Amino acid sequence: MNKKNQLLRIAIVLTGILYVESLRAQEEDLLKLLGEEKPKKEIVKNAFKSPRVINGHSMEFLRPGTMDFRILHRFGQLDQGYDNFFGLDQASMRMGFDFGILKNLMVGFGRSTYRKELDGYIKYAPFLQSTGKGAFPFTIALVSGMTMDGLPWADPTRKNFFTSRLAYYFQTIIGRKITEGLTLQLMPTMVHKNLVQLASESNNIYSVGVGGRLRLSRRVSLTCDYFHVYNRPKDSEYQDPLSVGFDIETGGHVFQLHFSNSTGMNERAFITETTGRWDKTEIRFGFNLSRVFQIKKKKTKEK
Amino acid sequence: MKKIILLLVASAILATGSYAQKYFTKTGKVNFDATSSGSPEKIEGVNRTVTCVVDAKTGNMQFAVLMKGFEFERALMEEHFNENYVESDKFPKAEFKGNIANNDKVSYAKDGTYTVTVKGKLTMHGETKDVETEGKITIQSGKVSAAADFQVLLSDYKISIPGLVADKVSKSAKISVSCSLEALKG
Repeated sequence: MNKKNQLLRIAIVLTGILYVESLRAQEEDLLKLLGEEKPKKEIVKNAFKSPRVINGHSMEFLRPGTMDFRILHRFGQLDQGYDNFFGLDQASMRMGFDFGILKNLMVGFGRSTYRKELDGYIKYAPFLQSTGKGAFPFTIALVSGMTMDGLPWADPTRKNFFTSRLAYYFQTIIGRKITEGLTLQLMPTMVHKNLVQLASESNNIYSVGVGGRLRLSRRVSLTCDYFHVYNRPKDSEYQDPLSVGFDIETGGHVFQLHFSNSTGMNERAFITETTGRWDKTEIRFGFNLSRVFQIKKKKTKEK
Repeated sequence: MKKIILLLVASAILATGSYAQKYFTKTGKVNFDATSSGSPEKIEGVNRTVTCVVDAKTGNMQFAVLMKGFEFERALMEEHFNENYVESDKFPKAEFKGNIANNDKVSYAKDGTYTVTVKGKLTMHGETKDVETEGKITIQSGKVSAAADFQVLLSDYKISIPGLVADKVSKSAKISVSCSLEALKG
């Protein structure tokens, strides 16, 4: 075989390939000409329907420029029977305003009828769960909050300090939207009370919470949150708060209907002062109503 | 022998060189308006990251629209659009593959405005339907702009509007497309 023949053969093959390519170009996928789009880093949204699971904070943030007006109700215990209409005759409530400032920063405050308590918090996420290039598998959020008891002093004759009304809480939320339908999160929490009722109680209360959401349909999901307190005195009457409920989304509102053994609606109250026992049906019906308002409108129109 | 090789290679180059002129953009605009008549708020979104390729020779045209690229005035609307209506996580892209029916009327080398009829298939929310619309192609100093308006029935694409918001969200959406395309090299 001589060199020329070899060259010729290569040339023919090459030409053939180019011809075929050019013919194929007539029916090709035009979009492919632009090359494959690289997957961009994208933040995972809608891990929860609202910034609260039920009682506890969720890994979800309000969108920047929006305000969430929340009305929370907890009724009396179900075991009270018909005389109190299964608890519905008694209601405890919290009214709250939450504001989305950045995609990973929000603040909020609220006031509860229980102990006439005022509470406020700031929630910030150094890491948000994302997909694509440089993805991060979890959202890690930090919450720091403060509560202020508004009841008259139990014993006005002794010297009372304003600081005795205050309690603080610090929480880390580690959460992941595992699939489109399932989200789970872990919430190690520390509550510090400046004043406790009994000498046997600790000022620092350590707990770990778990929360989750299971989407049942496009608009309904099952939610649950639970906190386990580690350093409660053995003879304490207080219980771990467990809440189970449904999130129902109606377009502008999110309704969270649930059963819970706690009355309190801020971290100090529900983590450290829950008295009801699930095994004795000392549970309550409750609902959270959330309505999100757009305060700052996004610019979608070109100038 | 060398001449033959040269000839073959030259014809191959010519064959690739005879690729039809194509135009493209990655910043096309698609607007949609599903505001129901009498609704207090406007249900409209805009996407400015639409990809479009037009083959001037054959009249073939394709669009790709990332659903998450739609922006709304209200964040909640954007969330509902992605979560409840078009389900962007399941169906991230809408695509149109079609053809300019009267492409021979358009002379891409000359400045001018041409009314064209575009026929093709629109895939959205996992459903594919035929779409036909009138549009305009404007040629100005080598640049091509394309614009079209058309209506789609949301139920055609299995996008359901719950009764609660029926007074706000219309059953059909008006889609406006406008793209300025540049010559595709290569």
